[in-house]
Amino acid sequence: MTIVSGRLSGAGRVAHRRATLNVLLDRENVFGWLMMALPLLFLAALVGYPFIYGMLLSLQHRPVAQPGTFVGLKNFAADWRDPIFWQVTVNTFVYTGAATLLKMVGGLCLAVAMNQHFRMKNLVRALLLLPFIVPTVLSTVAWMWMLDPAFSVVNRLLVALGWPKPGPSWLGDPALAMISIIIINTWRGLPFYGITLLAGLQTVPPELYEAATIDGAGGWQRFRFVTLPLLRPIILIVTLFSVIFTFADFQLVYVLTHGGPQNATNLFATYAFDIAMGAGQLGLGASIALAMLPALAALIVALTLYMRRS
Amino acid sequence: MVTGHGRLERIVRLWLPVGFFLVLALFPFYWMAITSIKPNAELYNRNVMPLIVHAPTLKHYVDLLTKTSFLVWTWNTMLIATVATGISLVLGTMLAYPLARMRFAGAGLIAMTVAAIYLVPQPLLFIPLADIINRLDLGNTLTSVILTYPTMLVPFCAWLLLGYFKTVPRELEEAARIDGANRVQTILKIFLPLCMPGFISAGIFAFTLSQNEFLYALIFLTKTSVRTVPIGVIAELIRGDVFYWGQLMAGALLGSIPVALIYSFFVEHYVAGLTGSIKG
Repeated sequence: MTIVSGRLSGAGRVAHRRATLNVLLDRENVFGWLMMALPLLFLAALVGYPFIYGMLLSLQHRPVAQPGTFVGLKNFAADWRDPIFWQVTVNTFVYTGAATLLKMVGGLCLAVAMNQHFRMKNLVRALLLLPFIVPTVLSTVAWMWMLDPAFSVVNRLLVALGWPKPGPSWLGDPALAMISIIIINTWRGLPFYGITLLAGLQTVPPELYEAATIDGAGGWQRFRFVTLPLLRPIILIVTLFSVIFTFADFQLVYVLTHGGPQNATNLFATYAFDIAMGAGQLGLGASIALAMLPALAALIVALTLYMRRS
Repeated sequence: MVTGHGRLERIVRLWLPVGFFLVLALFPFYWMAITSIKPNAELYNRNVMPLIVHAPTLKHYVDLLTKTSFLVWTWNTMLIATVATGISLVLGTMLAYPLARMRFAGAGLIAMTVAAIYLVPQPLLFIPLADIINRLDLGNTLTSVILTYPTMLVPFCAWLLLGYFKTVPRELEEAARIDGANRVQTILKIFLPLCMPGFISAGIFAFTLSQNEFLYALIFLTKTSVRTVPIGVIAELIRGDVFYWGQLMAGALLGSIPVALIYSFFVEHYVAGLTGSIKG
């Protein structure tokens, strides 16, 4: 008799414990945080911690493989007096501004041109996206060869069209080198703009165009007063995205020009890389990378808030 | 209906701009392809018409595959991209599910944080990360990039999946709960199978992002045996001032093919991911 009741209560205890666990897991508070714990820990360890650590590094004199010494804001003061740093700042803003503008205008043209019915439209769209999906380094190498000082196919075409020989020195001339990286960045990013804007265009109800036509609006007026206002939110989001990643671009410039000639194409990311990895000055390099933070933080906060609202 | 005038208008309004964008987008790939099959004598001869190949050869491909570690780099790239994508999908789901389905204190803040991390570009983190990887003694191991790629991919997958999860109706899960299934069973057996399209979109995107990654691989992987395709091609086919253009283009083309193939099979999912990645 006692044995039986003991066994019962044992099983009952297990059942009870399982029930408590289920009740606990049923609470969204508990289950939600439990499920998120691992990814959040991961992000804290490999994004949060490096971020803070980067800030600490920027306050240190820290040659590679040596212990750091705290120097306060000396690294930032050194950046302030460094003419290359200011050149890099100007370069980054010029690069970001020009490439973004080109991508926006070109992307809009692409989206409008693609927003018609024609055969093989899906195939054309897939092909147009290729520059965006192929690894940047690999397509940049192809561009490097197209702009090669001795065998540039672009120059050979220009010369064939009557340009004086030997044609422009795309990567050797400071101004042309900047133009080159802007063009290649545009080439790669334009499909992203075009295809996302196309997706936006396809949601514009045709009745609106019909109504505008009945009211006497021409093609440009329909674009200006129907298409553009409806696309504005998506244009804004795509642009913020593009600005963030263009502003912090590294690989295209690193591969194509290494920041040269004479720092004409050096950006924050490539300059920080040179100082930290090339010259082995981790602290100074971290301070240059952090110089991007104010602008980036403003952009990121703006975009996060905007994405949340919409 | 189709008059001469209408056809002309269609050419001007449709095929002229679309053709222009197509030529612009595809010419570099065409150039890559024909360079890779030109013999050196033709590559470096300024008197030959450059736009076509006169005497095609596979020499550059043979050299690339036999004289460099291209196959090892390809294997490394695939392995890293696959594992990093897998990790990111799992961790991304663990973040996105509670945010999409549950109401709890702090959910809004977490969602904002994930979105913000997704937008933090690598150049902001690479210097401290390089030091951390060094101290963990993970330099020149595939682990170093398998660990660090998910720092960009997890927030990305979480963000994309969050959007997708919200579009999946709750009724099936609620029915399963009423039938007595617990939360974990409901998620694994009912919810996740419904989300396959979302996983494919996020997976393809994460995979292409991993293949495209350059900065971390450049810093962490300096030995031939652990390099990825982009790093190997840049570091070993450009020696000082000597560019092995034929092999470089062959490598660029071969390195692009896996991404392009996967992309061509799932292009609709990719476009869905592309538009989803920027939506809240």
